[in-house]
Amino acid sequence: MTVHTPIYLDYSATTPVDPRVAEKMIPYITEHFGNPASRSHPFGWTAEQAVEEARDEVAKLVNADPREIVWTSGATESNNLAIKGAANFYSGTKGKHIITVQTEHKAVIDAVRELERQGFTATYLAPEPNGLIDLEKFKAAIQPDTVLASVMFVNNEIGVIQDITAIGNICRENNIIFHVDAAQATGKVDIDLEKLPVDLMSFSAHKTYGPKGIGALYVRRKPRIRIEAQMHGGGHERGMRSGTLATHQIVGMGEAFRIARLEMKAENLQVRRLRDRLLAGLEEIDEVYVNGDMDHRVPHNLNISFNFVEGESLIMAVKDIAVSSGSACTSASLEPSYVLRALGRSDELAHSSIRFSIGRFTTEEDVDYTIALMKSKIGKLRELSPLWEMHLDGIDLSKVEWAAH
Amino acid sequence: MHSNPIFLDNNGTTLLDPRVLEVMLPYLSNQYGNATSRHSFGRAARQALDQAREQVAEACGAHPSQVIFTASGTESDNFAIAGMAGDEQKQIAVSAIEHPAITRPAFAMRAYGHRVGVIAADQFGVVDSNSLEVALEKPTSLISVMLANNETGVIQNIAQLAEIAKSKGALIHTDAVQALGKIPVNFDALGVNAMTVSSHKINGPQGAGALILDKRVDIKPLLHGGGQERGLRSGTENVAAIVGFGAACALIKNEMEQRANITKLLRDTLEKNLKSLGGSIFGDKATRLPNTSFFAFNQIEGETLVMALDRKGFAVASGSACSSDSTEPSHVLMAMGVAPDLARGAVRVSFGANNTSEQLNAFLAVINDEVNRLRQLTAVTI
Repeated sequence: MTVHTPIYLDYSATTPVDPRVAEKMIPYITEHFGNPASRSHPFGWTAEQAVEEARDEVAKLVNADPREIVWTSGATESNNLAIKGAANFYSGTKGKHIITVQTEHKAVIDAVRELERQGFTATYLAPEPNGLIDLEKFKAAIQPDTVLASVMFVNNEIGVIQDITAIGNICRENNIIFHVDAAQATGKVDIDLEKLPVDLMSFSAHKTYGPKGIGALYVRRKPRIRIEAQMHGGGHERGMRSGTLATHQIVGMGEAFRIARLEMKAENLQVRRLRDRLLAGLEEIDEVYVNGDMDHRVPHNLNISFNFVEGESLIMAVKDIAVSSGSACTSASLEPSYVLRALGRSDELAHSSIRFSIGRFTTEEDVDYTIALMKSKIGKLRELSPLWEMHLDGIDLSKVEWAAH
Repeated sequence: MHSNPIFLDNNGTTLLDPRVLEVMLPYLSNQYGNATSRHSFGRAARQALDQAREQVAEACGAHPSQVIFTASGTESDNFAIAGMAGDEQKQIAVSAIEHPAITRPAFAMRAYGHRVGVIAADQFGVVDSNSLEVALEKPTSLISVMLANNETGVIQNIAQLAEIAKSKGALIHTDAVQALGKIPVNFDALGVNAMTVSSHKINGPQGAGALILDKRVDIKPLLHGGGQERGLRSGTENVAAIVGFGAACALIKNEMEQRANITKLLRDTLEKNLKSLGGSIFGDKATRLPNTSFFAFNQIEGETLVMALDRKGFAVASGSACSSDSTEPSHVLMAMGVAPDLARGAVRVSFGANNTSEQLNAFLAVINDEVNRLRQLTAVTI
């Protein structure tokens, strides 16, 4: 058995660039280095052609028209552009209230908070304990001046898939612009924008085996959705997003999305088999809790709380595997995951949670090594834990009254 | 006739230095961590970013803590304008020769109650300090003047303008995208509050830029989210591009002088030839970047000459790449008071250190032929 540690099980934070993607990118950093906006020489034309081919590939994966795809520097920018751009464009005619969800990515939550500072109001819906949205509660949150709703397709921490069709239909009935952050969804769930009632959708390359620093925003043409540009300049991307395009990165995103389209079906089966194997192994440990719904969930994600171990010690103990405790984008802070808190998990369980995210290059050996490692480390940590001892003695810790020192 | 076109549009973008590519490659393969992750993959990415930050800081005469990485020069410019304009509805004053990445966001700020003032440039392409003083008679929160112009290459006296701005309590930003790597750039000595730099203009990759920022300035982020770059620029860091940007900056330290000598010799030889052909050179009475030549021939459309040169295998620009969609005469030349007919003839040649005298000689032969041919055509038409 050949296992190289640390084992990478953090595919939801970022994915390796697929070697096929890197190979396609390299010529565009070396020989075809033109600026795609240069109209007067073939260096520019070659770059522009590559950019348009990549746009076709991105559009194909999600069944959109290439003209509906706007390049950005990543999903954070896409989310900011969609939310601020649509809210500002339509606030005069529709109103200034926004609906989003407590478990959204920070890029959505903070963009909405910024709009609140500018005079918008917002509802941050609480999800059900399984991480999914109750459609009746969503309906109840709608106000006469609701202009925009933003709900992510697949949650980055717990992997649950929201019912985008149902939510989108409600938005349509109520004349609300609907934005979906699909950074974690591409290559994992089928996306058909011809059928989905979605107006704006954010994509990222580096969560789908493409390079970092490139993303896209889908902007529906029929019916036409307008957004106010957030980045002004040379008027690239039909004025919606200015700035020189990084051709090699765009080429990389196109190739990554092409591979995803061709391979996602088979890959999801393989990933699901590995995830189920991991889950079965970890469930042999006592007092573990899966966070988030298991039925409406991408196969790549497993988020588990290990009761009676302390969060930081847990992370230190499992250094041989690269995993996240909470989302990578906020793991600089020691706050318990706000996503798990929104599901109603206690601080302790939120702190002692681990997100295992599996991907294209994960092997069965990786999974078996991880199971063995977790069993051994959790066992050792619990041996040291007085709380675990009390639990084994049958003491209900929630009823213990702790004395102050 | 050349099989491979020769690239003489190095102010548009540059060829990635192979040494930079080599440093980047691991970050496109096995070093793929997200710099925010706490595990070893993430920490390796974080260390790479830290090193790049030091390299960029050194090339810019700044402290590493003053470097905020972005995705491009355009983003840095937008960030500076929207982020530093302030909540009070004061004036934003920009020079008449700025890149659209400055003027367009400045005009967009009118929606928030700001007014936009324009600081004039003189016939030599130099931004006029008297005009700045006039502009500053109105309450002004921010001024922005580029360090070196992308079209003419004319270098501005930013330190002087910064002093004037500061004496009136205005913040000052400079776009140093074209200056970096061609002339010494020192954030500290310029005395500005913020400065834009970009990777792909200095033989680094596209997809990385930075705003160098005086930390005492209270700037508002453009992108909200995960809180990267001290909360000032959210979004997963583009590690490979940033590492490449750092490596390109490190090369500047040892090679800038040599690059300047090579390109200046090429440029001066070109201009001697252009003058003997009867061409007008824009901005040549001012201090310019060593590599840039912006010129026109009477009665010859710039676009026509550019296309003719392209057919012969030479890539040059008729204006800045970002606006080469439009056929309007260059706003920079309009600001300098150049007659619109002559301005429509403008062609920009910008050299890189990898261009050779053989390439120049071939170019000179072709441009001589083409100018003479086009003149005859024009004469016939008239």
